[in-house]
Amino acid sequence: MTDAPQPKIQLNDVHKAFGPKVVLDGIDLSVARGESVVIIGGSGTGKSVLLKCILGLLRPERGSIRIDGEEVVGLRGKSRERVLNQFGMLFQGSALFDSLKVWENVAFGLIQGRNMPRQQAKDIAIEKLAAVGLAESAGDLFPSELSGGMQKRVGLARAIASSPEIIFFDEPTTGLDPIMADVINDLIVKCTKELGATALSITHDMASARKIADRIAMLYKGRLIWVGPAKDIDHSGNEFVDQFIHGRADGPIKMELRA
Amino acid sequence: MEFVATVGRVFLAFLSHVGRLSAFTGTAVSHIVRPPFYPRLIMRSMVEIGYYSLPVVGLTAVFTGMVLALQSYSGFSRFAAEGAVATVVVLSVTRELAPVLAGLMVAGRIGASMAAEIGTMRVTEQIDALSTLSTNPFKYLVAPRLLAGFLMVPCLVLVADIIGVFGGYIVGVYKLGFNPSSYISRTWEYLEPLDVISGLTKAAVFGFLISLMGCYHGYYSRGGAQGVGAATTNSVVSAAILILVFNYVITALFFGK
Ligand SMILES: Nc1ncnc2c1ncn2[C@@H]1O[C@H](COP(=O)(O)OP(=O)(O)OP(=O)(O)O)[C@@H](O)[C@H]1O
Ligand SMILES: [Mg+2]
Repeated sequence: MTDAPQPKIQLNDVHKAFGPKVVLDGIDLSVARGESVVIIGGSGTGKSVLLKCILGLLRPERGSIRIDGEEVVGLRGKSRERVLNQFGMLFQGSALFDSLKVWENVAFGLIQGRNMPRQQAKDIAIEKLAAVGLAESAGDLFPSELSGGMQKRVGLARAIASSPEIIFFDEPTTGLDPIMADVINDLIVKCTKELGATALSITHDMASARKIADRIAMLYKGRLIWVGPAKDIDHSGNEFVDQFIHGRADGPIKMELRA
Repeated sequence: MEFVATVGRVFLAFLSHVGRLSAFTGTAVSHIVRPPFYPRLIMRSMVEIGYYSLPVVGLTAVFTGMVLALQSYSGFSRFAAEGAVATVVVLSVTRELAPVLAGLMVAGRIGASMAAEIGTMRVTEQIDALSTLSTNPFKYLVAPRLLAGFLMVPCLVLVADIIGVFGGYIVGVYKLGFNPSSYISRTWEYLEPLDVISGLTKAAVFGFLISLMGCYHGYYSRGGAQGVGAATTNSVVSAAILILVFNYVITALFFGK
């Protein structure tokens, strides 16, 4: 091999379609260890699908996905569990277990996955809840008793609770007030910078993207049309990116509206 | 030509269902026997199935026993065979009616709730979340329910046997004027262990099938509230049909000459 360090996540030519609808049409992306990459792109372009393909929740028809150099497409059973063990994921809809209390949700990976004693796991859960701005008393509620933004933060606490090596955040700040959004941005930065986690995030919130990203990738029509350092986003020279980050209705990206 | 194509398509769809169900069953069963186990979850399912179904199953059984006594008395008196009432009640209840009726009641109660719960977890991505938290959904969701169904429905049916016979006794003694002690001795006289064992075997199979249908339809449900509703209906209907089919098969295995 060359002296370039092995990427943590490496995607080559990933294709995914649902029936006739092509969602991912040849994605190439590599994410270095400890790097934070943010994916931006219009609603419904396949950002969430991309994360699910990497996690093995959806199976791409074609292409290769490597984690630490190991091919994970089609991995099953024990070896899949071993790979999944290093992931944490915040789902777009939070996906909290509604039959469990908030703290049990956060501690789930520790108790079930790591066989940690319940009391010790609860302490860690409460610490993580505090990190996302939730009081200890919230831990004893059920997810259905929380507001949407609070659920999102519990989902975030659950994703980071077991200190995974790779964390996926699907729209971490959507539905939060601007101040809390910034707290969450800081938390994500802390996870990657201090704990050395590799992060792949999706967001529509450009302020958040600028803050948490080392690199930004834009997904459009099934391909990553621009990938570059976060600081270059304002002079990318790509008119699609320009239109997107300024939120203009006019431009090369046409919303499929019927007037 | 058109017709052949349609039949072929339906047949292929059926085969793919059977294949998927077989794979699902195989995976689920393999997780029942392999650690790690979730004793808490198994306990919770056992209580849900075994304890909370007692009222409906008991009520079904007592009325079944009562009506059976009444019916067989009025029917058998036509050829002066009233004496057989106690025997008819105990044999029909233990061999046939307790397992089938309890199975159908539990299918409505438990199969539906499993399908709804797991289906909701599927459409809200909770099942995906499980696998990102180092937990196998088969082990965590499906295996405990299958095991609980398999173990608890026989217990329910044993209770139903006793209550059903008791219902027959009430009607026989207080309405039809049988002598209590002779009714009881008549009940025991022709009862063989195999009658009860065959009923309990049915119950174990039914319990497994009910849980299997609930979990299977829930696990593969898609498309929001509507999909979960469809999964619930399908789980109850398919469990009921399977109960009736397997009831015949098991009866034939035990008693068919
Ligand atoms: N399970 C599925 N079956 C069929 N189509 C799907 C499925 N999941 C996603 N899609 C389709 O894939 C496309 C991309 O969906 P995805 O959820 O990845 O969008 P997204 O980029 O995350 O959008 P948003 O920003 O709104 O969350 C959508 O058009 C959607 O209709
Ligand atoms: Mg999405």
